Amino acid sequence: MQFMLLFSRQGKLRLQKWYVPLSDKERKKISRDLVQTILARKPKMCSFLEWRDLKIVYKRYASLYFCCAVEDQDNELITLEIIHRYVELLDKYFGSVCELDIIFNFEKAYFILDEFLLGGEAQETSKKNVLKAIEQADLLQELWEPPQGWLSELSLPAST
Amino acid sequence: MSDVVEKTLSALPSLLSLDSQAGAGKLSPSSKLGNLIKGITELTSKHEEETLIKKELESIKEQVASPNTTMRQMKEIMVRAIYCEMLGYQASFSYIHAIKLAQQGSVLEKRVGYLAVSLFLNETDEFLLLLVNTVLKDLQSTNLIEVCMALTVVSQMFPKDMIPAILPVVEEKLTHPKEIIRRKAVLALYKFYLIAPNQVQHIHSKFRKALCDKDPGVMTASLHIYLQLIKENPESYKDLTGSMVTILRQVVGGKLPLDFNYHSVPAPWLQIQLLRILAYLGKEDQGTSEMMYDVLEESLRRAEMNHNITYAILFECVKTIYTVHPKSQLLEKAAECIGNFVLSPKINLKYLGLKALTYVVQQDANLALPHQMTIIECLDHSDVIIKRETLELLFRITNAQNVTVIVEKMLEFLRLTCDDYSTIDLVGKVAELTMNSVFSLGGDVMQPDIPNNFLRLLAEGVDNVEDRQLRLFAVDSYVSLLQGETAKLPQRFLQVISWVLGEYSYLREEESDPGSVMRLLARLLDQRHTSTETRSWVLGAMTKLCSSPVSVALARDVCERYLYSGSLNTVLRQKAQELMILSQDTKLRARVLPAEGRLESPEVDSSLSFLDGYVSDALAAGAAPYKSPHQRQEDLVQEKALSLEPYGLSLPVSLSSCSITDRRSPTLLSMSSGLSGNSTELSHQEGSTTLKLEGVKRVWGKDGYLAQQQSAGETPTPLVELPSPLLSPQSPPSQKPSSGLEPDQEKRQLASSLFVGLGSHNSVCLVRLPSTVWLFIKNCQSANQSNVVKSLFKPFYINSCQSKNHGSFVKVSGIFAARKSCQTDDSCCFPPQISCISGSPLKEVKGHSVSVCLHTVVMKRASVQVELAGLLSYQRPLGQPQAAQFSLSLSLKHFLRPLTVSTGDYGKMWLSFSHDLKQNLRLVTTEHQEPLTATLDALKGKLHLHVVDIIGSEGIVACRLLQGPGQGQPCLLHCRVHADSLAVWLRSPVPELPDSLLYHCQKALTET
Repeated sequence: MQFMLLFSRQGKLRLQKWYVPLSDKERKKISRDLVQTILARKPKMCSFLEWRDLKIVYKRYASLYFCCAVEDQDNELITLEIIHRYVELLDKYFGSVCELDIIFNFEKAYFILDEFLLGGEAQETSKKNVLKAIEQADLLQELWEPPQGWLSELSLPAST
Repeated sequence: MSDVVEKTLSALPSLLSLDSQAGAGKLSPSSKLGNLIKGITELTSKHEEETLIKKELESIKEQVASPNTTMRQMKEIMVRAIYCEMLGYQASFSYIHAIKLAQQGSVLEKRVGYLAVSLFLNETDEFLLLLVNTVLKDLQSTNLIEVCMALTVVSQMFPKDMIPAILPVVEEKLTHPKEIIRRKAVLALYKFYLIAPNQVQHIHSKFRKALCDKDPGVMTASLHIYLQLIKENPESYKDLTGSMVTILRQVVGGKLPLDFNYHSVPAPWLQIQLLRILAYLGKEDQGTSEMMYDVLEESLRRAEMNHNITYAILFECVKTIYTVHPKSQLLEKAAECIGNFVLSPKINLKYLGLKALTYVVQQDANLALPHQMTIIECLDHSDVIIKRETLELLFRITNAQNVTVIVEKMLEFLRLTCDDYSTIDLVGKVAELTMNSVFSLGGDVMQPDIPNNFLRLLAEGVDNVEDRQLRLFAVDSYVSLLQGETAKLPQRFLQVISWVLGEYSYLREEESDPGSVMRLLARLLDQRHTSTETRSWVLGAMTKLCSSPVSVALARDVCERYLYSGSLNTVLRQKAQELMILSQDTKLRARVLPAEGRLESPEVDSSLSFLDGYVSDALAAGAAPYKSPHQRQEDLVQEKALSLEPYGLSLPVSLSSCSITDRRSPTLLSMSSGLSGNSTELSHQEGSTTLKLEGVKRVWGKDGYLAQQQSAGETPTPLVELPSPLLSPQSPPSQKPSSGLEPDQEKRQLASSLFVGLGSHNSVCLVRLPSTVWLFIKNCQSANQSNVVKSLFKPFYINSCQSKNHGSFVKVSGIFAARKSCQTDDSCCFPPQISCISGSPLKEVKGHSVSVCLHTVVMKRASVQVELAGLLSYQRPLGQPQAAQFSLSLSLKHFLRPLTVSTGDYGKMWLSFSHDLKQNLRLVTTEHQEPLTATLDALKGKLHLHVVDIIGSEGIVACRLLQGPGQGQPCLLHCRVHADSLAVWLRSPVPELPDSLLYHCQKALTET
């Protein structure tokens, strides 16, 4: 996968993850173009787009559009399922997720995404495992705070 | 807006509670972000937003610079900075602080620091060098989370040159006891492989270890590397084929832990990855391919048609099957699968179906034939993406016969979408390629407006980069064409070439010597086969080109030859004269043919008003007034009293006056069923005994003409039917095609012109016999269930339609052999799966008459599909005995009949049957019916099943297979609605029946 964008129906970017090195200018141009193109499409239309030399796969969930760019030979349907699985993960983590959850906790949404996709490839497709990894880090966040030291060793098995 | 704010406000408390442990006294950090977001939501203009963010960034800048800011506060500030960047505002001053946060923060601050770094920077940023030591430290940390974070950022982006610094540590992680670390390490190495393959060359053996990891997640991760390696060099990894096949078989067989299931499909991502690897391994390698046939077939079979994820697997599977060394049986199933995609009402699947077709027609263009009508419909689809994919598909099946229509369609599309530059670019090239490769084949038979349209396409359009590229591409390709052998190029193509070169050669002038194009054109003039018209195009092009001294000299040469060596053609002489004068006089040339004026269309005074003075003078001098060609023609007609009106289309055989026997003549058959645009031609040619088959092919589908029509969603056209014992003559033969069919006819005509030249030999149901005998094989399924003889009957219509010699007759005798199709791989060791058990002999067939013979066919072994092949031998009065072969594909559903049993009997039978199979099927949903009832009704309608009973969410269904005289073997289905699918349990005493029936159930439900 080359990049993933989340944007609202009003065209506001909610999350962007780039897996290929691109300059800031290019990123902005791409997201602007794509948001425009996708928002102009009608609901019953195909979820796939040929855009430049890329294949765009997008899907709308409530007020949010999830949009991924993959290479031409990649499987469009499985990309659609990657989006779906990510939504499921967000849903499970936030408890029936809505756009506001993602706006206010976008860094969490990034952490979940990083646990699910790594370097543009699906690294862990088991919902349980992704959430376990996130919860572990979150747990650490809470425990780590006041008394530093012994708790971290207890909660995290040290590597050998 | 107000409810958004309300929701925002209601979301705030939970947000605050999330960080409730956060420091007291200071403002809660997230409320700052919360306030920012809330502030932005309340704004109404872009300008206000800019002001607000500017203020925010100022405050952030101040805070990060302050030495008193703690890492904890920094974390919160960084989140706001990320937010501002996401909104499109530069916060580059914070990048260095993001790195600092990753370096110095505690674990949770580090996490945000790393996140900010990965969002702000990319691989080439020099800032990243500052991160190398931190990453190295974290990789060696005893804290798992820190190691994970470091590996995540490394797989996201890492400076290429710094890989050696951390490689040993990452490598070490491959043997880490925690699978999550091993998995991330593998992916990090994958990333390294992508950006610097040489650096990880020495650890290939460790990749193998990862492939054999006991954790499926680690193994899956290693496949990313293997996919890449195998793609680049399949030869070195052939030994892995066995392992990959084994893994896939285990995955498909559900051997992985349930955690890896996705919507109850086992590890779909893994399956797809493996299928892609197998495609690379088996490509052009028969031995390797043979190892994977079984597992491919199993994947295809296991993927139930009920969820997107299974479609994803099916799609990949089909692609793999068409990439590896072909196996006909698999190809057949894959083609069927593609058919399901294409016919699907879901637009995404339709798109993929077209895409798959585009891929497979490169191997076998005939595969597009069954989907003609769908393709035509897609061509007019409202979604431009579907249209474009359809054009791509058509592009692949272009041949000399259909190029005209396809190019026309492409140009049509181009004209509609000229705003989309990428579309122009792509399809422009497509058109271009088509022009070059097929102009040369079919150029002279082409309609003149096609090259014209093409030239207009080139000339129109703004002078932007894409258009220039397209033109330059055209010029370059034409120059290279002219450098080769030109004798075979059609004249019209040469004219197009001359025009394009004349107009656009200046685009390439910088890189080549100016005379080269002129020399090529002059060479064209020298050739004998160049027509006069073409010569004048060439001279016109030369006039535009003669700007350099070399060209002027060349031009003079050419002109002298034309002017002084006595060419008789006035047009050529005139053109040569023009060239002569213009090439000598640069100033005049610049005025007549301004270089920058190429793109503006000249104003033409079509009323020729500037000649008014001349005309009135001439009239006054007694000249006859001008008459238009049309007027002149009318005058001519009146003089000679001859009608030049074209004859209207009249039917040679009037429908009402048909005698009984006449009704079954093939002429009438094809006319009344509105076969194609060729039908009139057909009737005109009746007497000459040669009928044109082109374009008519495949209108008769597998299930006869009617079935195909229904699938296209139209009213069935009446067919001329023979009254057979089983068929009530429901369609009156003399019924005329209704006028409502006209648009459909248009489509069909388009279909025949698009798919012409794609012949198919194995499944043509309209068999053409030598001479004038036609054989119509129609698939008449028994609909009348009360009839005693419940068998499948197939009447063969043998029509003799000799109009010249009324007395002649044809002796026909049929020999039927049943052959099983390549359905299962045990084809050679089993007896045929179908057999003919009875048949009536054929009688003599007199001219214009029809003889009917009926044969009963039964299925001996249950199988998804069988092929009936036969030989028809016949003899004409004075001729030699002749024979014609025909074949017909029959599916299991033709042999299925409802089995009427009571619920009690059903229960008894159920317990006694040993062969069973379970599978989940898709539920059919309609508005006014329960899903279960709707689904069972659909099955009943399509497969002739008998619904015994429906109780609550369960239904029992029974059918039997015609296998000879008597009742035939039963198959029972038990259906239960489970979640949103239908769990079906099939039982039968016949081993193959449940499997084959299930296949048809799946198919029937997918088509619904």
